[in-house]
Amino acid sequence: MTNVLAAATIPDAITFVLAAVICVMGALGVVLARNPVHSALMLVMTLFGVAVLFVEEDAQFLAAVQVIVYAGAIVVLFLFVIMLLGVDQREAIERDPLPAQRPIAICLGIIGLAEVLLLARGRWPVGARSVSGALGSPANNVQLIGRSVFTTYLLAFEVTSALLVVAVVGAVVLARRPRHAPGGDDAPLGAVVAPEEGLDGPEATDPEATDPMVAGPDVTEEASSDAELADSEVTGP
Amino acid sequence: MTVEASWYLTLAAVLFTIGAIGLLIRRNVLVMFMCVELMLNAANLTFVTFARRLNDIAGQTAVFFVLVVAAAEVVVGLGIIVSIYRRRPGASADDIHGLKG
Repeated sequence: MTNVLAAATIPDAITFVLAAVICVMGALGVVLARNPVHSALMLVMTLFGVAVLFVEEDAQFLAAVQVIVYAGAIVVLFLFVIMLLGVDQREAIERDPLPAQRPIAICLGIIGLAEVLLLARGRWPVGARSVSGALGSPANNVQLIGRSVFTTYLLAFEVTSALLVVAVVGAVVLARRPRHAPGGDDAPLGAVVAPEEGLDGPEATDPEATDPMVAGPDVTEEASSDAELADSEVTGP
Repeated sequence: MTVEASWYLTLAAVLFTIGAIGLLIRRNVLVMFMCVELMLNAANLTFVTFARRLNDIAGQTAVFFVLVVAAAEVVVGLGIIVSIYRRRPGASADDIHGLKG
């Protein structure tokens, strides 16, 4: 270990070792923490460590995106859902239907890791060096990634935009409460994703807005029109 | 000179293994999801390492797309988890067997 690390400069080696320790400790914390909130915070630690390693490897743009998107958006989304669902949910280990799975999983994981490390010993990076898409200096990292995304991988970029739209629409459809089952909790699964309801706009994400039992006069017409129709049919002359 | 690429790849393998073991031994659906994120990060680290080693920007572009796909995956996955918990609160991964054939 020492002779390989000695080839690097001292600040680089120190940075790598510190970031690696932070990454591994955070990853172990994600797996071992009892509280899901602690797992999410440990995940932030790992993500920051990986961002430091990205900077160390001349990927400055990806380091910034890692902090902004992962730590800033994805983990916040995780924490939001954890708080929404309740933080005091313990894992029911005492009624574990597969008691032998944990030791077997740990053994298989360690065996797989040892196998990879032993087989690849000393000859990790193989392949020809690039002749067209050079990495460049740290100063023009963003330019190079931008040129790569918008020329070579333009089709993949467009497909990515379609994927994001589908994901947003899917999240809205999944998270809304079915209109014809006001309780929502004991509705059949098909009602949760009832396709004929369509999208009513931003208010569709608010479960109270689409609930006819609590839909007040301030709710938009689209959300409450069916409820008004139903009321007029029942109570009208 | 920076640290050898093999150390980065070793670290990525360790991170991936921790994520895979966590995915297998935890029963909380949210923590399992976080372990998937750990595995994605290990793969990203491998991509960036090879991009530097082979002097190719395409590795970093691949990480860019992985980030976008991970964001979309988290949005849809958490939506599914919220709708599952709305039907049966406190469900662990073992309780969600309604989709089995």
